[in-house]
Amino acid sequence: MEDLNEFDLIIESGRSEKNYWNDLWRFRELFLFMAWRDILVRYKQTAIGLAWSIIRPILTMIVFTVVFGRIAKLPSEGVPYPILVFSALLPWQFFSNSFADAGSSLVSNSNMLTKIYFPRLIIPISTVIVNLVDFFISFLILIVLMIWYDFVPSWAILGVPLFLFLAFIVSLSAGLYIAALNVKYRDFKYIVPFVVQFGLLVSPVGFSSSIVPPKWKLLYSLNPMVGIIDGFRWAILGGKNHIYWPGMFLSIGITILILILSVRYFRKMEKTFADII
Amino acid sequence: MPVTIKVENLKKSYIIKHSGEGYVSLRETISNNVKSTFQKTKNIATLNHIEKAPRKEEFWALDDVSFEAQQGDRIGIVGRNGAGKSTLLKLLSRITEPTSGRISIKGRIASLLEVGTGFHPELTGRENIFLNGALLGMARTEIKKKFDEIVAFSEVEKFLDTPVKRYSSGMYVRLAFAVSAHLESEILIVDEVLSVGDLQFQKKCLGKMEDVSKSGGRTVLFVSHNMGTVNQLCNKAILLKSGRLTDIGQTTEIVRKYLKSGTVNGRIEKDSIFGTLVPFIEFLEVGINETGSNDISISPSSEIKITVKGYCKSDLEYFRSGVTILKDGVKLFSLHDNEEPVPLEKGAFVSQFTIPKYFLRPGDYTLSIFGHDNGNLRKGTEWIYGNEILIFSILEEWDPINDPHNEGIVNVQQLSTT
Repeated sequence: MEDLNEFDLIIESGRSEKNYWNDLWRFRELFLFMAWRDILVRYKQTAIGLAWSIIRPILTMIVFTVVFGRIAKLPSEGVPYPILVFSALLPWQFFSNSFADAGSSLVSNSNMLTKIYFPRLIIPISTVIVNLVDFFISFLILIVLMIWYDFVPSWAILGVPLFLFLAFIVSLSAGLYIAALNVKYRDFKYIVPFVVQFGLLVSPVGFSSSIVPPKWKLLYSLNPMVGIIDGFRWAILGGKNHIYWPGMFLSIGITILILILSVRYFRKMEKTFADII
Repeated sequence: MPVTIKVENLKKSYIIKHSGEGYVSLRETISNNVKSTFQKTKNIATLNHIEKAPRKEEFWALDDVSFEAQQGDRIGIVGRNGAGKSTLLKLLSRITEPTSGRISIKGRIASLLEVGTGFHPELTGRENIFLNGALLGMARTEIKKKFDEIVAFSEVEKFLDTPVKRYSSGMYVRLAFAVSAHLESEILIVDEVLSVGDLQFQKKCLGKMEDVSKSGGRTVLFVSHNMGTVNQLCNKAILLKSGRLTDIGQTTEIVRKYLKSGTVNGRIEKDSIFGTLVPFIEFLEVGINETGSNDISISPSSEIKITVKGYCKSDLEYFRSGVTILKDGVKLFSLHDNEEPVPLEKGAFVSQFTIPKYFLRPGDYTLSIFGHDNGNLRKGTEWIYGNEILIFSILEEWDPINDPHNEGIVNVQQLSTT
């Protein structure tokens, strides 16, 4: 009889493979390869490829500036309204696109799921990475806007990577949940667009969160995107709006919580993907 | 030789739902939960324990399978469709989890279960080599090192920068096989994918698999319906039948058992018949010279009369049936019961085929049966077939007509007399 330790891999029912995280490390290059594939394919298939990452946020920004800034005349915290809007639009669009793409990523790669083994976490994560690229392209528009309005950012702009990281985690966590649920219940395909639309209105994208009455602020911050958007505004507008710290910590706490829950749920469901997709 | 794969009491079950839908809708789950809770409360309340008629059925795709593979083994996995071959490969490749049992593996696995999964049609051959390599767990540096070898093996140099959607199916399978075979792994798993490529490339792939196992010490698991290639490549074989491992041993012996499993005393097993005409035609029995036993030996000096009995479930406008004689998986010739497809009425039918005496020389042969309609331009020919469902041998009885000094598979009298 062979000693079991002689084998590198034991496959058993319900055995949470000890080498899962090792595998994830071994397949680390696949994150970039998958992201690279999606970007490459997008630019090969669309006529104006790259331009879409610029046109979409600009159009949204114009609409929001007109509706909230001109018509509703909401306060602009002493900065040009387009910049106020755009500094929130950056994280929001990153979140909404990542969330939607990650959510449908497993189903749209179902042929791979049933024929090749690799840690499934790679698929949704790499779609978020693709959207990260879009984020950087949109960021260039913000720089152009700043030059246009002669707006000089302060040292606070160094905080952008931190809040971007938080946005990444929130998008990924929400996306993982939906991706796993979508494999089993295709109903979630219809829920995602609704959540994104609804979320755009309840998150402080078109307006500053300063218009929310103080007694509702903590409750409002249960939406993790509130803290992230406020953080982006603070970093980009150079501390002109002040951060509501209890809300910020609440947002961060909720972000960490849903990350843990979603990874656990995803790992639990992962084993059955190939059977039920 | 050290054991590289050890499979113990492996089981895999699937739940088949009879309601049709492939995936569960959320509404269904919610309503089922509500219903069952309600039912339970009701049962408790009324003290009645009538169980609901099960709408779900458990299906054992693999049932208590155990075997071992040693380093350098080339194991052929044979069985009719639905026997569990692909499920076994999926479990070994970690695509899905077993229901119970254990698999122990030593080394890395490279598996090729389907041609070009993971290939993206919009990307070029070059880009896809890197992507596919990464999907199989290769590092970029490793792919780069093997790149030229992969390209040379797949013979697609000229089309490296063409999107693979423009590739022929042959080029597709060549590239896919090349990537999997060149990954540094200790175990190579290949499902029936080579049938897509041309014969020459199939030979090349078989050669490569033999090579990696003999000189590279790799273990190869190979699934194929072509018994000729299994015989040629594998030193061991496993026979699966309805999820159970019925035999393991020397390839030639297992292949013979597999070929015999298509019929039981002349009755054709349902799981060996396929095709789009299955809803209309049933092949029931096949026999040679009135015998339907599983061991048919025929003297070269007697005529071979093949009888196929079937049942037609509804009137067909055009149909004819036929048989094909094969040796070592190679088709020798076919016979038809009618010159052209003819109308066939609902009811039992019998087709007869005759091979003249002294035609086949001594040896083992297999028989496939088939049937088809006249085909039309819009939808092509509709088929029903059972591949290699009967095995028979021509005895070594020599005489001046069946001359022992001649060679080959058939006796052709005109040639031998002039």
